[in-house]
Amino acid sequence: MRKNNSTPDLSVVFAGKIHSPNPFWLASAPPTNCGEQVMRAFDAGWGGAVWKTLGEPITNVSSRYSSVDWNGQRMMGLNNIELITDRPLDVNLREIAAVKKRYPKHAVIASLMVESKREAWHKIVQQSEDAGADGLELNFGCPHGMSERGMGSAVGQVPEYAEMITSWVKEKARTPVLVKLTPNITDIRTVARAAKRGGADGLSAINTVNSITGIDLDTLVPRPNVDGKSSHGGYCGPAVKPIALNMVQQVQSDPDAALPLSGIGGISDWRDAAEFILLGCGTVQICTAVMHYGYRIIDDLKDGLANWMQEKGFARIADFQGGSLAKVEEWKHLNLNYKIVARIHEEKCIGCELCYTACWDGAHQCIHLDRVRSQNGSGHASSAQLTPAMHEAHSRGVVSVTPIPKLDYAAGDHYTNEPYATPLARIPRVDENECVGCNLCLLVCPVENCITMERVDVNVPAQSWEQRTAAAPQRTQS
Amino acid sequence: MSFLKTHTGNSELAERFPEVHPPLDVQSALLEANRCLYCFDAPCSAACPTHIDVPRFIKKISQGNLHGSALTILDSNILGASCSRVCPVDVLCEGACVYHRYNKHPIEIGLLQRHAMDAFFKNGAALPRTGAPDRQARVACVGAGPASLACAAELRLRGFAVKVFDRRALPGGLNTHGVAEYKLRATDSLREIEMIKSLGVDFAHGTSITGEAELARLEKEYAIIFIGVGLGEMRTLGIPGEQHPDVVNALDFIERYKTGGNLRVGRHVVVVGAGNTAIDAARAAVRLGAENVHILYRREEENMAAFQFEYEGAKREGVRFHWRTQPVAIHTSAAHLGIAAIECSRVNVIPSGDGQKMEFVPDSSFELRCDMVIPAIGQSPLLEFLRACRGVRSEKGLVVVDRATGQTSHPQYFAGGDCVNGGREVVDAVADGKRAALAIAESLEVAHAQK
Repeated sequence: MRKNNSTPDLSVVFAGKIHSPNPFWLASAPPTNCGEQVMRAFDAGWGGAVWKTLGEPITNVSSRYSSVDWNGQRMMGLNNIELITDRPLDVNLREIAAVKKRYPKHAVIASLMVESKREAWHKIVQQSEDAGADGLELNFGCPHGMSERGMGSAVGQVPEYAEMITSWVKEKARTPVLVKLTPNITDIRTVARAAKRGGADGLSAINTVNSITGIDLDTLVPRPNVDGKSSHGGYCGPAVKPIALNMVQQVQSDPDAALPLSGIGGISDWRDAAEFILLGCGTVQICTAVMHYGYRIIDDLKDGLANWMQEKGFARIADFQGGSLAKVEEWKHLNLNYKIVARIHEEKCIGCELCYTACWDGAHQCIHLDRVRSQNGSGHASSAQLTPAMHEAHSRGVVSVTPIPKLDYAAGDHYTNEPYATPLARIPRVDENECVGCNLCLLVCPVENCITMERVDVNVPAQSWEQRTAAAPQRTQS
Repeated sequence: MSFLKTHTGNSELAERFPEVHPPLDVQSALLEANRCLYCFDAPCSAACPTHIDVPRFIKKISQGNLHGSALTILDSNILGASCSRVCPVDVLCEGACVYHRYNKHPIEIGLLQRHAMDAFFKNGAALPRTGAPDRQARVACVGAGPASLACAAELRLRGFAVKVFDRRALPGGLNTHGVAEYKLRATDSLREIEMIKSLGVDFAHGTSITGEAELARLEKEYAIIFIGVGLGEMRTLGIPGEQHPDVVNALDFIERYKTGGNLRVGRHVVVVGAGNTAIDAARAAVRLGAENVHILYRREEENMAAFQFEYEGAKREGVRFHWRTQPVAIHTSAAHLGIAAIECSRVNVIPSGDGQKMEFVPDSSFELRCDMVIPAIGQSPLLEFLRACRGVRSEKGLVVVDRATGQTSHPQYFAGGDCVNGGREVVDAVADGKRAALAIAESLEVAHAQK
């Protein structure tokens, strides 16, 4: 149901000063390598771009990328060992200026990485701002190559360095300074706090995750292969989204760390973007999805988000930004007396029995295949219940033949009195007394809404672990 | 000597009989394999008479383990390669796919199975090695069709010495000689039997076992005899003119183009009968160049024994069907001695007692121009042979067996395939042979232990 008909306003002002027609920025990466690309991206509808990191000249290797495919889908995760820009600094600066001139309303952020010297940082800040950058993103996150030279994540993993360099940059900068955080650290909040202490105006999180995506089983060389050797890279793409969301939540829930945050990590569609914003992000940055499908994905990012906002009655991004933060709690505050159970909607069940095998082998043995064969009460995997192996053995022992109409049935013999499309014998049954409401069956079920989790009224007031232990401090639970 | 040296195929045949279901390429196979839900206790496996663990072999394809996939198939069905081509998957595994209930196209199980099996044969058909027979008891399989082959392979894998006897020069029964070439090439059937031979199964070709004397000899030399002889000659129409040399029954017709090197066909062909073999013959006639192909069937469309997809295929290829039509005579031409026409009459099917009877419609006769007639109204049982199997009970020309074991009323005899089931699919024969082999092995082990 649409709550209002006016088009939602997607524009944002980030860190107080950076204006952007929408919250969708291209992350500092190959899609923002040069001015020509960034201009095409802006033409396609992107709100901002974080330029491929500027710094001292480097040389890249080939090959540079490798990926993880999953179940026939390409690039569930992408890994790269590419370094910062390999183009001359003056060319990049000239192109930044050209882009800003032609696209004054779009956000152009300069991503920066230089050696840990005050003068070097001062100089690149000056150059970037002179070129017209709307903001600066300090690349403290790049986990490969540059980190071996004391830059990138080598800075981002040491709060003192991060704080120090941030403060150097702040001495010079006139535009907002964002610090890009590495996830390759035990607690991302420590560096976020350091950046805040150093005076950062905002954060970007997360950078890529250290990774080796796989090994060629013919040559035994990990990918990507550079002349028979490989090196760990940075992992991104849909696979890292949950890791990124968690880190975003951690940072935004910590008063000492929280700052305007540009969310990064596996964002592929508008729903991912909405989720990052719900956990407090002001903008989101995208790379892998663009590397996979091109700038054109911006259409659905904007369209999908706007439609959802309209449906939910959000007029502007700020209306829902951070809206889920209060809904993330420490485990000890969760209600122990909340009970749900799985319910299988027979009319939708296709009889794959994946919920059955998942429940038996991976959960609590409370889904049974006994609708036709005897229902032996509701024992918890009691001896009366057939085990998966017994079901399989039974099927293997059945004599099946090719049904030949002439040999096998007279006219009208097809009639069955099965109540559902799927034979009753193949529709699993949930033992609701034993079901712990873990969700696993629902997660494995291939059919939308075939299994739902239904609340069971237990007639007991809500109580958290903290409350329970406070009430009975002597009790322990493993 | 290799069977494949005896029969090398024929380039014109290959050209005229492209496969109806071309194989999947690697990428399509991967995509298709990834669609499989990996059902538990999967209905596709249950529907397969040999209970191939379908989700397991598909999973192995999706994970790049083609060899393991093929071995999974062979573990249940030693003729997994030919079955992947000839099985009526629509009514078996694919017909049982849960996707039918999810508005999705069922998994192409047949093509995936073929993908794994093709890779297996391409890589040299390396089955795990079998040692020399380590059991004393020997088993004879009479007939070298799918039932006997499956029985022989299974027993050989369990350490028994097995010899397969067949009257023909080439083994494989209908797989080699009787299945339409566009479904299963004779060379592919023989390649598969080559693999069974490599397990150490002995073959005696051109050896007819027909009389009591031969059977008595087998009974002495072998602990168990498995009867996998199939059915006998095709039934005749019993109408005037049937003796004409251009009246060729469907199995002979298929055999002569498939392995006999004779690609001759009439211009106007009439096939009598509407079973799957009739359709095979009709579609072959089209491929061999016949201009008109008709199928005559005395009942209605819904009574036809052919599978729906076979019927649709034939219609697509231009075969014309005449329902409630019975041939009454074949007329030859005075001018050139060839067949000129087939005279037919319309029939009505009317209920009679428990069953039905046919009645000619008065004044309904008409002639269909044709120069070749292919009767395809089923095979008659091998009554003479069955009579020679003393102590083996048969009923209506079919050997009576215990369904789960294939054992006949004579404890030394087991049986399976068409001679038991009246003529089903290759996979049914394989399942019969396999079940019998397991029961034979068990009975021999028990006998050995009791000695």
